[in-house]
Amino acid sequence: MSRNPRLGIVAAVGLLGLVSTVACTPGAENSAPSSQATPSSVQTDAAKLGDVNLVVWDQEVRGGQAAQMKQLNDAFQAKYPNIKLKRVSRSFDDLKTTLRLALSGNEPPDVVQANNGRSDMGAFVKANQLVPLDPYAKAYNWDQRYPQSVRQYSQYTPDGKTFGQGNLYGMPQVGEVVGIFYSKKKLAEAGVQQPKTWDEFQSSLATLKAKGDAPLVLGNLEKWPAIHVFGTVQGRTTPADTIKQLGFGRKGASWTTDENKKAAQTLTDWVGKGYFNAGFNGQDYDPAWQAFSKGKGTYLIGGTWLAEDLGKAMGDDVGFMLPPGTAADAAPIATGGTGLPFSITTKSKNPDAAAAYLNFITSADAMNILTKTGNLPVADTAKQEVSGSLQKDVFAAFGKVVEADGLVPYLDYATPTMPDTIGAALQDLLGGKATPDQFAERLEKDYGAFSQANG
Amino acid sequence: MPGFAVYAAFLLYPLLRSVQLSFYDWDGLTLGKWAGFANYQEIISDAGLRSAFGHALVLMLFFAVIPVCVGLLLASILNRAKVRGLPFFRTVVFLPQVIAMVVVAVAWRRMYAPDGTINDLLHAIGLGSVARGWLGDYALALPAVGFIGSWFETGLVTVLLLAGMSRISGSLYEAARLDGAGPVQEFFAVTLPSVRGEIAVALTLTVIAALRTFDLVYVTTSGGPGNSTSVPSYEVYHRAFELGRVGSAAAIGVTLTVLILLISLVINKIGDREGSR
Repeated sequence: MSRNPRLGIVAAVGLLGLVSTVACTPGAENSAPSSQATPSSVQTDAAKLGDVNLVVWDQEVRGGQAAQMKQLNDAFQAKYPNIKLKRVSRSFDDLKTTLRLALSGNEPPDVVQANNGRSDMGAFVKANQLVPLDPYAKAYNWDQRYPQSVRQYSQYTPDGKTFGQGNLYGMPQVGEVVGIFYSKKKLAEAGVQQPKTWDEFQSSLATLKAKGDAPLVLGNLEKWPAIHVFGTVQGRTTPADTIKQLGFGRKGASWTTDENKKAAQTLTDWVGKGYFNAGFNGQDYDPAWQAFSKGKGTYLIGGTWLAEDLGKAMGDDVGFMLPPGTAADAAPIATGGTGLPFSITTKSKNPDAAAAYLNFITSADAMNILTKTGNLPVADTAKQEVSGSLQKDVFAAFGKVVEADGLVPYLDYATPTMPDTIGAALQDLLGGKATPDQFAERLEKDYGAFSQANG
Repeated sequence: MPGFAVYAAFLLYPLLRSVQLSFYDWDGLTLGKWAGFANYQEIISDAGLRSAFGHALVLMLFFAVIPVCVGLLLASILNRAKVRGLPFFRTVVFLPQVIAMVVVAVAWRRMYAPDGTINDLLHAIGLGSVARGWLGDYALALPAVGFIGSWFETGLVTVLLLAGMSRISGSLYEAARLDGAGPVQEFFAVTLPSVRGEIAVALTLTVIAALRTFDLVYVTTSGGPGNSTSVPSYEVYHRAFELGRVGSAAAIGVTLTVLILLISLVINKIGDREGSR
């Protein structure tokens, strides 16, 4: 290493020092003690908290989302000048990847928007990085604000193993449901009525295709958009309870059933019949729905988060419906849940201020502002006054599906590896590289191994 | 000594730490578990990971072999022709190198889109049947990504080779011409042997670029469609940040590092031996 023996020794000692600093087990420095709040110790009057800095990481970057966040933050600042908000906003993808590192650092943000799934919120809970919000929920009466069906999407047992039960770890602002956007003009041109049943929907696809339109718009370059399309079809073939078990990654269900295979087969058929736009696996998500808003295709299977932008671009031409059931009066089933919940980090020095912020952005007034900025508030949805036909459609649809308890979770929640597994598996299925049987087996392997080991 | 301290702090420590991490089963958050060689065994046994390394080898073809061939051709033409405005051509050819890879990738993603520039061009010249969503096509996504690499690296290689060729003494060409050599013979007898050193440097740079490609794959395809364009460095990112399998990610990283070292050693050995002959 070195020609000079003295230098060599020094270097060797240096190396030895390095090796010994390296030798501690990874993660050992991260086990932080948690500061447990009790309902009586919670200070709910944020004005009395003194001068506080609050760092908030969110992913509210799109049109109406960004607008509501800005309005609410401004109102919060005006009401509590002693609390200084520092907002960092990133796109969903960027937030997802940087959050893990940020949380294991020594000075994580106070409030973060963490994806509900196991590989995000579940992993953070397991690592004791998020504060259980139950004491705050009691102090602020959040139980009455949000029904259990909404809260379950942010609940985990303290070991992070069971999803949908246990402590409350986050507060979402908005609801989401995946349905079908349609162009009224294009339907009328083809002489097709708005479908009331799943069969009518499928036959309308055939009619539209025969008239020279590729009716379904999909941009699946990012891999996840097809999850929403598959979930929509699966809701017609598979009972809601089974989907919930699969989606929450709980033991007892199976992917390799005839029902799931039938859903996969339907997608394969749709591709074979040319219902989708050509090259969808190489198409970006955003340009795809933008193309729909400019008159490409007739249907867009997508979430209510697109409603604001689509409404602006298409005006009264665009409508939204829940995926129709097998019969006209069937109970609605649709993929959906809440937007990303806001959580408080364990290392936050001001959890009370953070809780006050959470309370503020999820209050009844906040729900009002969410409505006005074109979002879909998760609570009091039915009470909101809305104008515009698309917004009415969206609010009615979400109210209807929540009332019927027909919301089923996103399928990629199931296991930490599921987002990748199902994303790639669906690209393969849609690209004709995998049969419905192979598709189901690939998902079963992931789901089965995890739910067995997880108990 | 200060040099060593800096080297140790910024290079040796992270490197050793990665090696250490690669022997653990660690999610990046909670306490890690000793895993022995399990992470390395997985690289050999996991079909998905094996194919990721296979994709990197295919990319080497596009990042290194094609640019060197095209670069040799371009450089010898530019060098022979003694065209006016050579600095201008040099700049144009080198331009891609100046642009950040992410920008390059975003631009090409747009061009490859089903309604993008490339398909528009194909339709315009009557080849509409060839048009497709390039990055979503199982057979063509990897070559499509690789082609961006060829476009990117050719400029660098050309400029390197051009510099090498301009050093060749004119008397060598004169001698060759007196012996009755044509342009092609001249190229193989005089030009090619004289720029061996530059070729070795160019190959080293481009092969390393190919093996560590991350930004290009991340921005254009995220490893899709299916997993048909996934590469080792993308797997490192995917495992460490998305799946929370830091140990496995470190093992892939270490393997990749060793592979890059080995390949560049071999290239330099060949370059040296032939250069000294």
